[in-house]
Amino acid sequence: MTNLSITSSAVSAVPSTPPTPKNCVDDVSKAIYPASLSRRLGTIALVLIAAWLVWFLISNPRFEWPVVWNYLFAPAILEGLGVTLALTVISMVGGVLVGTIAALLLMSDYGPGRRAANVYLWAFRATPLMIQLLFWYNLAYLLPTVSIGLPFGEPWVEWRTIDLINPFTAAVLGLSLAEGAYMAEIMRAGLLSVDQRQHDAAKAIGMTPAQSFFRIIVPQAMRFIIPPTGNQVISMAKATALVSVIAMNDLLFAVQTIYNRTYEIVPLLMVAVFWYLVVISCLYLIQSRLEKHYSKGHQRTAVITAETTTA
Amino acid sequence: MTESSSQSPKRKVLRAENVTKHYGRYVALDNVNLDVHEGEVVAIIGPSGSGKSTLIRCMHQLESLEGGAIYLDDELLGFRRHKNQLLALNAKAVARQRRELGMVFQQFVLFPHMTVAENIMEGPTRVLGDSVADARKLAEHLLERVGLSHRINAYPPQLSGGQQQRVAIARALAMRPKVLLFDEPTSALDPELVGEVLKVVTDLAKAGKTMVVVTHEIGFAREAADRVIFMENGRVVEQGDARSTLADPKTDRLRTFLSRVM
Repeated sequence: MTNLSITSSAVSAVPSTPPTPKNCVDDVSKAIYPASLSRRLGTIALVLIAAWLVWFLISNPRFEWPVVWNYLFAPAILEGLGVTLALTVISMVGGVLVGTIAALLLMSDYGPGRRAANVYLWAFRATPLMIQLLFWYNLAYLLPTVSIGLPFGEPWVEWRTIDLINPFTAAVLGLSLAEGAYMAEIMRAGLLSVDQRQHDAAKAIGMTPAQSFFRIIVPQAMRFIIPPTGNQVISMAKATALVSVIAMNDLLFAVQTIYNRTYEIVPLLMVAVFWYLVVISCLYLIQSRLEKHYSKGHQRTAVITAETTTA
Repeated sequence: MTESSSQSPKRKVLRAENVTKHYGRYVALDNVNLDVHEGEVVAIIGPSGSGKSTLIRCMHQLESLEGGAIYLDDELLGFRRHKNQLLALNAKAVARQRRELGMVFQQFVLFPHMTVAENIMEGPTRVLGDSVADARKLAEHLLERVGLSHRINAYPPQLSGGQQQRVAIARALAMRPKVLLFDEPTSALDPELVGEVLKVVTDLAKAGKTMVVVTHEIGFAREAADRVIFMENGRVVEQGDARSTLADPKTDRLRTFLSRVM
């Protein structure tokens, strides 16, 4: 509305001003777009709320900021942060690998493989992660030894489960396998989103199925795989807090150990919040880098159609 | 069918013998026979649903046959003989056979995540094992041939349809195929862009490239093709020298078809 009036006043002004060529040409590139009243009111409200939040965080003595500062870089906290990061990265890599294999099985024409993958997805998505972690941690109770050999035959090599399963391996196993079940569906969706004709075009230049998959299909599927995977990584970073139930000394466990002794609950939780925010901000950055990389060819810049010579 | 145009008996590069294919109860190809000689340009015309595209997709093993056989230079495509049985080849062997044939699709299907140069270099470097430098030189040469040297670093979505199709032709040529197959290469193009693509195909015909072109462009078939095949309901109804067949059809069916499209 306001825009239109700018233009029309400019047009009506033309006859009255001397017609020098410069004044005659309208240029909307420098036009002003005034905000509406409701937006101005909205801005005021948002600024007030933000100011109140900052004031609340600073002025409220119960946050005990000096205590937060004391513990922020404490060795126990940084160690816990390291464990959280290691668990996130290792379990996520494991989850992506397991998920990719499961997705390929789900989409294959090999019936037994497809059914096995379906059972895996069903079992690991239907049960709570907490219970899965407890089972992996207590694996030795159900399965005292782990051995390699033919089923029902004499084992070739054998280990005691209790030597293999410590809180860390139990956490990695549990988180990777649970993650794999969710990643399988994300991978499948991404692979399905690539135009089927791209398979034909890859075959047409003589590519093998493996070449076509890794060079042509996966790079295009990544555009659709990355955003939901970003989600998964973020929830994984926080889901690692669950491993404190199996006595894994992650960031939350470290914080809990301290406040159980000192009773400074709020400031120590704020320490954990701070580090989770830092970690997840880094993940944001990585995700946007990856998205930019895999959107190659899709940033629709100037489409050249003027050049239509038959040369 | 008499071959009026051939001066000397040329080698048969691609042979389809009694090729049959169904989609459920619908007959897509019904005992189709087709020989393509070295250096020959064959245009396949016919109404939609006549099986033209299915035939060349079968030649490229993008669709499976249900009967008959297709040979490239006397090599059976898709199967190997074992005692008195034919065994289907595995995907790797099929991929090896496909290298000998090029395909240009109606919808171009360039790889959108790769530049024009990378699209052309992908096959030579990954499949044929050429060095990157050689493939780059080849890509530059082919792009010059299709008149797109200045777009070598563009991404496909930044190109017009005609430009994309010319890149697709360069990509197919980069594999040095024995036969180049075209599946309605101009049907997805705006009318004013058809000419630039047909010019490239005509130039290739003049250069002696062996080609099979499924097309709706009758004028192009008359000018550029040596032989024309008219298909209807999955069968070859009439074939012969392109100019004389199109000027003076022997069958009523072809006459009716031509009167409808011209």
